[in-house]
Amino acid sequence: MADVKITITDRDGVAHEVDAPTDMNMNLMEVVRAYELAPEGTIGICGGMAMCASCQCYVESDHDLPEMSDDEDAMLAEAFHVQDNSRLGCQLHIHEDMDGLKVTLAPEE
Amino acid sequence: MIKTDILIIGAGPTGLFTVFEAGLLQLKCHLIDALPQPGGQCAEIYPKKPIYDIPAFPEVLAGDLVDNLMEQIKAFQPGFTLGERADTIEKQDDGSFIVTTNKGTQHQAPVVAIAGGLGSFEPRKPALENLAHFEDNGIAYMIKDPEVYRDKRVVIAGGGDSALDWSIFLTDVAAEVTLIHRRNEFRGALDSVEKVQHLKDLGKINLITPAEVTGLLGDDSLSGVRVKKTGEDEAFDLECDSFIPLFGLSPKLGPIADWGLEIEKNAIKVNNALDYQTNIPGIYAIGDVNTYPGKLKLILCGFHEATLMCQSAYQRIHPDKRYVMKYTTVGGVTGFDGSKKEAPKAVVKAID
Repeated sequence: MADVKITITDRDGVAHEVDAPTDMNMNLMEVVRAYELAPEGTIGICGGMAMCASCQCYVESDHDLPEMSDDEDAMLAEAFHVQDNSRLGCQLHIHEDMDGLKVTLAPEE
Repeated sequence: MIKTDILIIGAGPTGLFTVFEAGLLQLKCHLIDALPQPGGQCAEIYPKKPIYDIPAFPEVLAGDLVDNLMEQIKAFQPGFTLGERADTIEKQDDGSFIVTTNKGTQHQAPVVAIAGGLGSFEPRKPALENLAHFEDNGIAYMIKDPEVYRDKRVVIAGGGDSALDWSIFLTDVAAEVTLIHRRNEFRGALDSVEKVQHLKDLGKINLITPAEVTGLLGDDSLSGVRVKKTGEDEAFDLECDSFIPLFGLSPKLGPIADWGLEIEKNAIKVNNALDYQTNIPGIYAIGDVNTYPGKLKLILCGFHEATLMCQSAYQRIHPDKRYVMKYTTVGGVTGFDGSKKEAPKAVVKAID
């Protein structure tokens, strides 16, 4: 399977276009960590259980993303800096449909 | 002053297993943890979630892993200082360290093992102007003594169990209880949600949802909060004596970051070629809190690090003693409580 291109704007406002593999069982939070777009310890703190909001991001392209689970929804209900287009990166599994996705990392809490 | 051989900061799985490995070497341990119970993240964040990569456990719930570790180390009688955060460390002339918690409890040991995971769990604070100014002047992030709120007007924000439970509890104590949450849905035990519904119907809880506290009012102490309901243009002011944001806990490396230890990527650098010692001799860092080339934040790696670290700690505490590692199957496990576990002896019997 091919990689998809995702544009991730880091917390300093710098946009990075990265290749994200669709066959490695990776999620968006892990892609951010793999490319070191946010310092270790500031993203993916809970390891990807939707139990912190350190991987919150704003989805800026109109991709059809999978619906939120109750866990993600509940976590975002308590997170800070939440907007209508907020998602948890750890709950977004890299999929072919995500080619061209644009996201911005939410500020660190 | 609490005295021990190895002072362990952090009572997560790595810290707990250290007690066992130290115990085999006849070294006593005492643990400090900011949370009120042992187990670290396993107990606080995901007790009901399964783990699949603990060797020989095809599947184990995080909470059960902690229970098993507590059982395994029981005979080594570890001491615990729970609900307190290790704040300062001072090296003594004899080479030992004194660690003092935020509540002033002092601990002394020749070896300190930082098994602090992601750090100590601190309340998540909303980004509101003048928040720090009102802390302890009307704003609190945890309820220590409910009597403080007797006959007061209290506003609680949050949508989890603690927000629900405290709202329910305070209806019997406070003059007024307002619960504000960003959603109409609450994430908590069904029982608590139903109780809040009932108290709302009785007019005992003033429920404002979906809404958010967007500002703090008052001069020296808090006199109210500004509340904005989702979808409405105008915010309104709500008078109150106390505001309690309950948005859960998040880990922070905290004061340990100021102990003079080499920090990289929000973790403590250690010598992984040898013994997981930090740049300060006598202070070790094990488990998720440390970093070295190739580091993986896995419980099983923490167990390994704890084991090697204890051997080094033994040499440090007993520089003149010679020791070789002994299998527990051979040597058994002798607890400080006088208990002894050992492999049953084979019976020799002639065959006619």
